[in-house]
Amino acid sequence: MATDILTQPGDVATPKRKELKSSLIQLAGMLPVLILICVLFAALTPNFLTENNIINVVRQASINIVLAAGMTFVILTGGIDLAVGSVLGLTAVIAVVVSLVPGLGWAAVPAALIGGLVIGVLTGMIVAYLGLPPFIVTLGTYTAIRGAAYLVAGGTTVINSQINFAWIGNGYFGPVPWLVIIALLTIAVSAFILQGTVLGVHVYAVGGNPQAARLTGIPVSFVLIFVYGVSGLLSGLGGAMSASRLYSAQGQLGIGYELDAIAAVILGGTSFSGGIGNVFGTLVGALIIAVLNNGLTLLNVSFYWQLVIKGAVIVLAVTLDKLRTRGQTA
Amino acid sequence: MSTATKGGLNNHEPILEVRKISKSFPGVRALHNVDLRIWPGEVHALMGENGAGKSTLMKILSGAYRADSGQILIDGKAVQFRNPYDARAAGIGIIYQELTVTPNLTVSGNVFLGSELKRFGFMKDTATMDRKTREVLHRLGARFEASDRAANLVVAEQQQVEIARALFHKSRVLVMDESTAALSDRETARLFDIVRQLRSEGLAIIYISHRMAEVYELADRLSVLRDGEYVGELKRSEFSADKVIEMMVGRKVDEFYERTNHSAGDVVLEVKNVGDGKRVKQASFQLRKGEVVGLAGLVGAGRTELARLVFGADKRKTGEIFLNGRKLTINRPQDAIRSGIGYVPEDRKLQGVFLQMSSATNITMNILGRYANGGVLNFAKLKERAKAEVAAMHVRTASLASAAGGLSGGNQQKLLLARWLEINPKVLLLDEPTRGVDVGAKAEIYALIQRLVEKGMAVLFISSELPEVVGVCDRVLVMREGEISGEVGGDTGIKITQQNIMKLATDVVRSEVTNGN
Repeated sequence: MATDILTQPGDVATPKRKELKSSLIQLAGMLPVLILICVLFAALTPNFLTENNIINVVRQASINIVLAAGMTFVILTGGIDLAVGSVLGLTAVIAVVVSLVPGLGWAAVPAALIGGLVIGVLTGMIVAYLGLPPFIVTLGTYTAIRGAAYLVAGGTTVINSQINFAWIGNGYFGPVPWLVIIALLTIAVSAFILQGTVLGVHVYAVGGNPQAARLTGIPVSFVLIFVYGVSGLLSGLGGAMSASRLYSAQGQLGIGYELDAIAAVILGGTSFSGGIGNVFGTLVGALIIAVLNNGLTLLNVSFYWQLVIKGAVIVLAVTLDKLRTRGQTA
Repeated sequence: MSTATKGGLNNHEPILEVRKISKSFPGVRALHNVDLRIWPGEVHALMGENGAGKSTLMKILSGAYRADSGQILIDGKAVQFRNPYDARAAGIGIIYQELTVTPNLTVSGNVFLGSELKRFGFMKDTATMDRKTREVLHRLGARFEASDRAANLVVAEQQQVEIARALFHKSRVLVMDESTAALSDRETARLFDIVRQLRSEGLAIIYISHRMAEVYELADRLSVLRDGEYVGELKRSEFSADKVIEMMVGRKVDEFYERTNHSAGDVVLEVKNVGDGKRVKQASFQLRKGEVVGLAGLVGAGRTELARLVFGADKRKTGEIFLNGRKLTINRPQDAIRSGIGYVPEDRKLQGVFLQMSSATNITMNILGRYANGGVLNFAKLKERAKAEVAAMHVRTASLASAAGGLSGGNQQKLLLARWLEINPKVLLLDEPTRGVDVGAKAEIYALIQRLVEKGMAVLFISSELPEVVGVCDRVLVMREGEISGEVGGDTGIKITQQNIMKLATDVVRSEVTNGN
């Protein structure tokens, strides 16, 4: 199954039935699973399918959607970024600390974004120029940046109840929370870059066949720095979103977020070895995780059981996906 | 039971018979009513273009696929292979093109992999396994030990480990898929000796190969598949190149190499003392406008390495490169591409084609920027361009949007060539452009090279197949042990013949090569 710019649905050159069918399957991805879970919860609890709850679910998913969008870029090149949760923690702390400096409040969000971007670009440079495995590099940054987050926060919780960018985490645009709008915009922009630009094609090319990419003259190092930069930048955005939502930040903010982000990407059908996948799948993946959290909580399932069920659903969903797409490569 | 004449073999029934086997994949009919009969004590060559169905048939014989219909008979009895173990138990051993040796185990560990001998029911009985392995290795005349680590063996030896494994499992039919693809001439000769010996022991060998010379040398009989159908079989006495090619492509091949002698123009590319300090030592040569220059040599002589140095794919230690008299700074492929040098790599799948991407993207990968405005792609224009290129190159693809990985080797190679033609290079370096490509596509690639050269391109043609080097090139550079050891054709006054090239390629080790045959 080809996955790149020229195989988008509606863009099939000769609409043979088989091909059309398989590209529809490709687009649908995990969507049926998401719908199935929603239908299930709607049947089990009357509180699930209300306007308020739906908005609530997407808002809860929003930060993970943003992190997972960045993670999609990285995984598409065959890499991994374990540090997104740590970067989120550090940048959230930075945002709150900066917002507390008199006269510098305006710089809080830019500081979080730039901080994330710089960390991402440096990570990308280590991966690209030193050729170290991304898993190892980001395992290191995962730990180091977590430490930095505690240090900047001074080991405590930094609070700003008058935070100047509270609208991000708590404001609404019409009936829709800004968090949701930011998350969906992130998906839209990511999709545009990945599906519609030269750089996007290069991301797929580097992930699909790194050697060929190099021999074709694709600037592989630049592409790698770009994807880790995107992941860092979006982690910084996630940091600003968290800080705003909580009016505060602390060193341990975002622990474990990287796993939810990776789970969303994989649930979304992106290949762990790179070159295959898209960010819409990631959106669906993140929503599946959020709906599970929400629905199980509404059903009064204990937190411990929620973890068990969530994990099982992830493995089951990916297994189904593998069975479904098997033989399509023949 | 059949009692027809079987080329002097005295067995009354085939050891393996395939009857009316069919297999389809979604949208593709891979095999249709294929028959095949293999007798003990024969080497049976299986030939056909890429996509003819050889691999599918092999996978059915190995138990990896199940046929949709038809029968497999062993010793006249119908058998069912539900999985690879069934096939192995029935006596069919497969030597895949990509070897499956586990590098960190010893030779005997590999031979006994999955069926280790035990002492007291749980301890590995290394001593007995080594001893039994030694017996098989001795039978093969192997020059390594049962206790050697597989990783320390060269490819040819690893292959012998696989053969040993097959023999150990009492295989009576050995299927060998392109087994000489990665071997040097001497190793090939050694492998042939082994095959002949196994044949004399009564094994049947199904030998899949693209190289006709090998089939002539080895096979007692050959069967040809075309487009998933069984075309027919030839006895050794009936072998002829024309006949086999006709069976494979379904049409007569009058003149395979369409060659016109080109009058070369000015020097386009000059390579001076280029080396990497390891595999390539101070190589110098020139390419002129409008000529095809061959680069021949034995495997390991440094041909690919030299091309990669010129293209900037590897770091060069010494030397300079000039294009039209201007010195180039080439530190990476992008530099070479910008100057107008293209490189079609040796390993199509690993280094060339983006298998998961569409044909259209594969073709336009080098020139995406031309169809973008501020980085945003114009798909309509891109597709139009790719469509024109697909038509011009006769790429057979279901649609522009289908994945390149589903195409045959020849069509993938055409995509790669198309990709480079898009940048309109002054110099094109072709590394084994016809390897693993079917006969029809080969002819098209030769014709394409002629057209490009007529338009003034300079082409460097690296190939291990001497007949095509002789057939295609205006002059031939020969490499030996990292150096350009000589040149034939052109102004040298030496005729381009396989003998003359081999002399330059081997020189001191020449006697060994002739002995090998």
